[in-house]
Amino acid sequence: MLAGTNLTLWRETTRLFEGLSFILPPGSALLIEGPNGAGKTTLLRVIAGLTMPESGSVTWNGTDLRSQLQSGVLQLAFFGHATALKPEISARANLQFFAQLAGQPARVDELLQVTGLAACADLDVRLLSAGQKRRAALARVLLSGAGLWLLDEPQTNLDKAGRQLLQRAVQTHLGGGGTVVVAAHQALDLGSAPVCRLMLGMD
Amino acid sequence: MSVTPSSPAQQAPAATLGLMTLFAAVLKRDLHVGMRRWTDASNSALFFILVLALFPLALSPKAEVLRMIAPGVIWIAALLATLLSLHLLFRADLEDGTLEQLLMLPYPLGWILLAKTLAHWIITGIPVVVMAPILAVTYHLPASALTVLTFSLLLGTPTLSLLGSIGAALTAGLRSASVLLAFIVGPLMLPVLMLGARATDLALAGEDPTGPLYLLGALLMLAVSVVPFMAAAAIRVSAD
Amino acid sequence: MWTWFFRLASPPHFYALAGTLSNWLLVPALILVGVGVWGGLVLAPPDYQQGDAFRIIYVHVPSAYLSMMIYVTMALAGAIGLIWRIKLAHAVAASCAPIGASFTFAALVTGAVWGKPMWGTYWEWDPRLTSELILLFLYFGYMGLRGAFENLNQADRASAILAIAGVVNVPIIHFSVIWWASLHQGPTLSKLEAPSISWDMLWPLLTMILAFTLFFLGVLAMRVRGEVLEREVQSRWAQDVLRGATAASIR
Repeated sequence: MLAGTNLTLWRETTRLFEGLSFILPPGSALLIEGPNGAGKTTLLRVIAGLTMPESGSVTWNGTDLRSQLQSGVLQLAFFGHATALKPEISARANLQFFAQLAGQPARVDELLQVTGLAACADLDVRLLSAGQKRRAALARVLLSGAGLWLLDEPQTNLDKAGRQLLQRAVQTHLGGGGTVVVAAHQALDLGSAPVCRLMLGMD
Repeated sequence: MSVTPSSPAQQAPAATLGLMTLFAAVLKRDLHVGMRRWTDASNSALFFILVLALFPLALSPKAEVLRMIAPGVIWIAALLATLLSLHLLFRADLEDGTLEQLLMLPYPLGWILLAKTLAHWIITGIPVVVMAPILAVTYHLPASALTVLTFSLLLGTPTLSLLGSIGAALTAGLRSASVLLAFIVGPLMLPVLMLGARATDLALAGEDPTGPLYLLGALLMLAVSVVPFMAAAAIRVSAD
Repeated sequence: MWTWFFRLASPPHFYALAGTLSNWLLVPALILVGVGVWGGLVLAPPDYQQGDAFRIIYVHVPSAYLSMMIYVTMALAGAIGLIWRIKLAHAVAASCAPIGASFTFAALVTGAVWGKPMWGTYWEWDPRLTSELILLFLYFGYMGLRGAFENLNQADRASAILAIAGVVNVPIIHFSVIWWASLHQGPTLSKLEAPSISWDMLWPLLTMILAFTLFFLGVLAMRVRGEVLEREVQSRWAQDVLRGATAASIR
């Protein structure tokens, strides 16, 4: 269960959010909406423990989320603007590294199949199209076996088939009791899972 | 296409890697990527050669002069070459999001950064250590001094890379950080420079160089134990 | 008891306190400088070796001592800010840097001035002066790093880490430089080692050191006030202060 309590963050002199609180039981999704610059990505980063809020805390099952991450109790998958793929090596090599760190070295081929990258898996990532890179990043998310997914504008650069793949993945994850936090412009079909909507940037 | 979840999404702790396997995995990948970006790596080696070519041209090609300045000059060239290559250490990883992914893993960040710094040293430092004795011949250094020079560089350049990694971590997110990096990290590197040059000087004079060499080793041990914590803290700041 | 400490860390309380504090520090500082200068320039006898030239130590030594003490203070403040996340500590660290750099510069200049009658040149690579020069680079590195970050929070934390790395290194660098200088048997700037400094010469020196320290603390209090006001400019208490100040100046 993901919970944020009394989160406040300023960026320079703008107050992005103040006293923000939410509770997300397993199997539900938090949808963060708002115009550009409202702080959607920043809130995701606060949840991920990358950015520190001025005040407030983010907890997982009652304990501080960052310490849960560091002790390995919780695994987090962050699907953001940056793909975290090294352009100089192949998609397969990139995924093998992450698979090894996640303790799942055998699943790389399966996920390359699932994301439709089997054909171009051995090409250097710099030779792939933007859509293919995003699919590879999605494969990384699927590899991680994480309980909490943080998705920042996940549909960017995905074609129709890619978006369908994403939606199915998210719905399956939610169906299995996982938690998802999404920052999005476009509507993402989250199936029948309970959704909590958060609107940023309205004053 | 169907998507199967890898494990119950309400998860049990996944198998995590042992520290040595983690170290090897990060090292292997960084070496792999680094080899592909060999133009970056060769920059520091070429710079090393360039600096060593400048001194005879600017001062004097006479053997006595060159022999006298060789220990200091070669060490300065090694230090400058290290400074030049440092800004690359974490920048790419920060920019393409790899660093963030590593930050969210349940592994000690300092250990990961140590593996990265080692990979960086292997790619940029070892060429310097290998070329130094060859170029030192052009400075008329005798064989006894050559061995000590090489050994001092072998002990000293990893320390330079480690100290530099703190600066690289602090400036990873900044634009045009090279000069600032040199300024931040330069003073920290001075003891290594002085000890390395001194050891070679002693060998040149026919005296016993082991004192400074032991101290270089001690500094390396100190750096390996302390730097990873500082670099990890610095990376967290840069990734904010 | 700890409530006092945390109350101190609250910016508006600190602002008010530092205002009174700086006056209480600067006035005694000025008085002590007067006393020390009188003692050092007038009362102390000329040195049997250096004549009157040694008197520069009454400015050089306090400056050098302070340059190092301020660096340690800066690192300590940064560490406190980093570990306990107290914003005021970061403001203190930021305020220390220019003061410390100035004292370092003063130490270098007075050292060069001292060097002229002693060595005949303004600069010899004496271990003390070389250490001071390196310290100046450390200060500039710190200030440069601070300035390079747009986000203040990042600047605070990054510079705190740098200051801590510097503090760990300062003893190593200092001893390395002394060892290096001893190898080359260079000239050294010192009146203090020996044979032994007489009390007539010593008490003005101690007075000046104390005076400089009080001066530093007074100026630091003033700087931190300004720093805190700037950081919290959007808050109510700061707006009140500024409005009050503007009203006062209009009157």
